[in-house]
Amino acid sequence: MKTRQEWLEQIYHRGKERPVRFSTLSDLEVAPLYTPEDVKGDYETSLGYPGEFPYTRGVYESMYRGRLWTMRQFAGFGLAEDTNRRFRFLLAQGQDGLSTAFDMPTLMGYDAAHERSIGEVGREGVSVTSIHDMARLFDQIPIGKVSTSMTVNCSASALLAMYLVQAERQGVPWEQVSGTIQNDMLKEYIAQKEWICPPAPAVRIVTDMIEFCTKRAPRFHPVSISGYHIREAGSTAVQELAFTIADGLCYVQSGVERGLDVDDFAPRLSFFWDIHSDFLEEIAKLRAGRRMWARLMKERFGAKNPRSLMLRTHAQTAGVSLTAQQPMNNVVRVAIQALAGVLGGVQSMHTNSMDETLALPTEQAVMVALRTQQIIAEETGVINTIDPLGGGYAIEALTERMEADAMEYIRKIDEMGGMLHAIDIGYPQREIAEAAFLYQRQLEQGIKTVVGVNKYSIPEEIPIELLKIDRELEERQIQRVRKMKRERNSTAVREALRRVAEACRNGENLMEPICEAVRNDVTVGEISDIYRAEFGVYKDPGWI
Amino acid sequence: MAEKRLRVLVAKPGLDGHDRGAKIIARALRDGGFEVIYTGLHQTPEMIAEAAVQEDVDAVGLSILSGAHMTLFPEVIRLLTERGAGDVAVFGGGIIPDEDSAKLKQLGVTAVFTPGASTEDIVKWVRENVRPRE
Repeated sequence: MKTRQEWLEQIYHRGKERPVRFSTLSDLEVAPLYTPEDVKGDYETSLGYPGEFPYTRGVYESMYRGRLWTMRQFAGFGLAEDTNRRFRFLLAQGQDGLSTAFDMPTLMGYDAAHERSIGEVGREGVSVTSIHDMARLFDQIPIGKVSTSMTVNCSASALLAMYLVQAERQGVPWEQVSGTIQNDMLKEYIAQKEWICPPAPAVRIVTDMIEFCTKRAPRFHPVSISGYHIREAGSTAVQELAFTIADGLCYVQSGVERGLDVDDFAPRLSFFWDIHSDFLEEIAKLRAGRRMWARLMKERFGAKNPRSLMLRTHAQTAGVSLTAQQPMNNVVRVAIQALAGVLGGVQSMHTNSMDETLALPTEQAVMVALRTQQIIAEETGVINTIDPLGGGYAIEALTERMEADAMEYIRKIDEMGGMLHAIDIGYPQREIAEAAFLYQRQLEQGIKTVVGVNKYSIPEEIPIELLKIDRELEERQIQRVRKMKRERNSTAVREALRRVAEACRNGENLMEPICEAVRNDVTVGEISDIYRAEFGVYKDPGWI
Repeated sequence: MAEKRLRVLVAKPGLDGHDRGAKIIARALRDGGFEVIYTGLHQTPEMIAEAAVQEDVDAVGLSILSGAHMTLFPEVIRLLTERGAGDVAVFGGGIIPDEDSAKLKQLGVTAVFTPGASTEDIVKWVRENVRPRE
């Protein structure tokens, strides 16, 4: 029998090949054909069975035959009562979990009434300044029965405290509260850029939350280790894989140094991937990620609990792939990306709406996005068999290639002394900026195509209906915050803030004092101000 | 006399961290032969106007993806004028609907680029439309 090389030389090259670069979206070169020669690992050690080490084929034994992924659409805008209405709409449409988008002031640790919040209140997400907003947000939604994801990072400690105190006020014990808080600060310095203090104290706060949830709210996921923002900032798929897993290793190390048993907290760590348009590359990335995490957790930390080794993940289709031009095309992009997510074995997913490059999505657009997932789940049949592409030569070769390339990055980061140090010297930041610039250049040279943008474009006006945020609501929220501050017990507020500051200094876990503070109407901005005073403020080094 | 290189401040106002576009533009302008100063993230309009004056730039490019463009652009222009730098060309880009774009131009924003604009278009625009300040 011929070797692959012989086939290439004798047969393939007799045919035509178009003069284009055959590469993935992340610019990995792709061969015309893959054969058993291209797959190095053996079945047992590299693939194994679903629900078994190294989990390449899936973290759960029965995968979607046992339970479909959670369809979790991210939502948030305006005042808490506006988002509360959208939440109840989504639950009524058959969505299983909630996912909260906060506005920029809340995400950056400012009260709605702060001068830096002008023009941004309720615009990109919901405005939550105090426990009263959290109460409005979950009005008539039983916290004990839904799982809630909160996308918030540098001010996550305050928001988690508000959610737990709101649970308490609904009569739900913390042990029964389930959900996820993003709380991945390392990727903030690398990509999303929402921060308050420098990286080292930020990781201390994250570790406090891991410790606190492990002991007090064991069904809550205290960190969602996120590649999404790394990818959206312009990284390649391999960089997304490498930097995200390196971030995860840094949190695990920090937890272990805190004195926690790795098997007590690692099972509650979860991940969050971006699902871009290169179909096979994305599926390979999801599979490679599971294998890498399982191996690293076992080898580096001696984790024994199988749940510590499982990379369970949320995924979102790639916001950056959506185009303002011919926006209906986005429905197709999202469908293909979502299918890759499912074939890659994700545990929950958000599908973007067609109008999201332009503004927050309308209800109609959100429904199409959710229906896309329901069609994949209930019409296409891809859920019938587990990891249906597993064993395919191309997918396995690509999975191995991505793992090897990502491990090379992790080795470099180890040599730099770990992710905290790599961030200090701007290593991942520059790698991403470089990749983003390269992609932009390829786009402008026509090496890469975006349909409707650099090819097949038409003269057009943006035809779709957009959701507008009423500017008057900012004023209403500001007045509400001012009134609340006038009416609360200022002695209790001062004492609570003093306790938080003291915990910052003496190293005790911050979460208990923060919970007490939010019970006393202390705001997200006030807690963040304590961080600013105690830990200092991080400034963007502005690497280009 | 050697021609003075145009100086451009690329600024990222607002609280959001969407700096992918700003960084690509900064780099493309630098590669296009301009002096580029990038402010980094989370700038207030005051910080931007101050940096523009301190750095004696000929143009300020604002990248705004948070939806706050109707507040931020006019404020930067007002503060530049207040500091005697009203002749600095202010341009920008981001997710900006057509109707807002028209209003911004009336308010003195010289060009508004939206998603899909190429770095080449922007470099060309700066080359053809920005003049050194007296």
